[in-house]
Amino acid sequence: MNWHAIRQIYRFEMSRTFRTVTQSIASPVLSTSLYFVVFGSAIGSRVGAIDGISYGAFIIPGLVMMSLLSESISNAAFGIYMPKWSGTIFELLSAPVSAFEVVAGYVGAAATKSVMLGLLILATARLFVDYQIAHPVMMVCFLALTALSFSLFGFMIGLWADDFQKLQLIPLMVIAPLTFLGGAFYSIKMLPPLWQQISLFNPVMYLISGFRWSFFDVSDVNIVLSFSAIVATMLLCLTLIWLIFKTGWKLKN
Amino acid sequence: MQPAINIEALTKTYRSGLEALKAIDLTIAQGEIFGLLGPNGAGKTTLISIICGIVTPSSGRVSVGGCDVVAQYRAARAKIGLVPQELSTDTFETVWATVRFSRGLFGKPPNPAHLEAVLRDLSLWDKRDSKIMTLSGGMKRRVLVAKALAHEPEILFLDEPTAGVDVELRRGMWGLVRRLRDRGVTIILTTHYLEEAEEMADRIGVINKGQLILVEDKATIMQRFGAKQLTLHLMHPLDAIPAALADLPLVLSEDRHALIYTFDQHAERTGIAALLQRLRELGIGYRDLHTHESSLEEIFVDLIRER
Repeated sequence: MNWHAIRQIYRFEMSRTFRTVTQSIASPVLSTSLYFVVFGSAIGSRVGAIDGISYGAFIIPGLVMMSLLSESISNAAFGIYMPKWSGTIFELLSAPVSAFEVVAGYVGAAATKSVMLGLLILATARLFVDYQIAHPVMMVCFLALTALSFSLFGFMIGLWADDFQKLQLIPLMVIAPLTFLGGAFYSIKMLPPLWQQISLFNPVMYLISGFRWSFFDVSDVNIVLSFSAIVATMLLCLTLIWLIFKTGWKLKN
Repeated sequence: MQPAINIEALTKTYRSGLEALKAIDLTIAQGEIFGLLGPNGAGKTTLISIICGIVTPSSGRVSVGGCDVVAQYRAARAKIGLVPQELSTDTFETVWATVRFSRGLFGKPPNPAHLEAVLRDLSLWDKRDSKIMTLSGGMKRRVLVAKALAHEPEILFLDEPTAGVDVELRRGMWGLVRRLRDRGVTIILTTHYLEEAEEMADRIGVINKGQLILVEDKATIMQRFGAKQLTLHLMHPLDAIPAALADLPLVLSEDRHALIYTFDQHAERTGIAALLQRLRELGIGYRDLHTHESSLEEIFVDLIRER
């Protein structure tokens, strides 16, 4: 195992984050805080409780998950896309590193940033909304596994993308709608039966439901299903990345 | 002694159908400077990229220091440093951060003393805290060399290392290459500047249309393909070569003021004395004479044209 390489890639990516702290950390924390102010404090006080939880508190897991998904994807996608764009990818491809080590460095850094961001958002939310965490260990597990899974997904997007527009295509056109329709702002039990059935095909719904369970001990679907969904997403992404490195697709001609 | 690089029946055909390399066989000894010459699109960069692991070969085998570049890629790649043709750098990073990154990426533990020595050798030490985006093109080129040397490679690939750099930097780069060779580093150099290959290389390989058409010691090439010519600047122009000299390999210059005699410098008799004697007998006077040996550039152009 080339630990030095993993360390350097990780360090390189983390230093990029701290160099662009406004864009990487401050901006998503601020935009998510606005949701807490508007939906938590202002509108939330006029909306009834859901499953016995105040609306302001109910939306916290969904909002954290929304930021977590988009930032995990963006961080990892941008991390591997930049060397491709600038041409410095030659160094990575010619170095004595395995696919696993490259992924560990880039995805590890992207996931670390996302977890840091998620925790910062949770801390910020506490300023506006009162909430408790029923299962703190599971909450951290869900946070870390989701960040890892979607960083892997973002890494794939970065490998696939050949222009900056494609980097944003899936986060904006696929992930954002799935998050909004996956119960970030409501419980799917509030939907008509047909839409409840349709929502079951939305993988993000399982993540939000599981994460919300770790806070309030209530969920839209079984917690085992939620956990399985995250693990399945992670395994699928790992398999696809392994195939990409094995075949050299989009990396080696 | 184990060769630094051994290539057997290497081919590469891109998805577009372009046959970039056709059954390349090549062995490069440890410690030599090998000049790889060829026109644009000849396959030089593809060959280097396959050895370094950037491009996947279609067939054939490549080993570096006895390690297969596919099966034993870690050991093989750890021996190689690559300076690419393009000025591809992490523009927002500092010089120090980028060379430290390269060393770690190639599996070497931190060694600030070595990095400092490399940067000093390349006159970059004063710029260690500067962001790469603030450096000149020549300095960026040196940063790429520093990155390639950061992990103390046994083999260094220099793909057009002096393209677009000024004469002073080019001379500096040549000096560095010589110092590296003195330390036992094997150097593979591709260049468009034939003067560079002539100056630096021990052996030359000429690649054209994906095929290695020639691999020889530089001295042998110059000897084998390099003709030597004697030019006699005449006192009075001639209308044509006199019939009495028709049996000699003589050419009259376009302005008819010079006779050019081609000879084999390694032959027992060059025929120069006999030529001068016959010119005297014919009353053809000359005011000056000089000899000229073919440059590598002339040999290269002739070789490419022939194939």
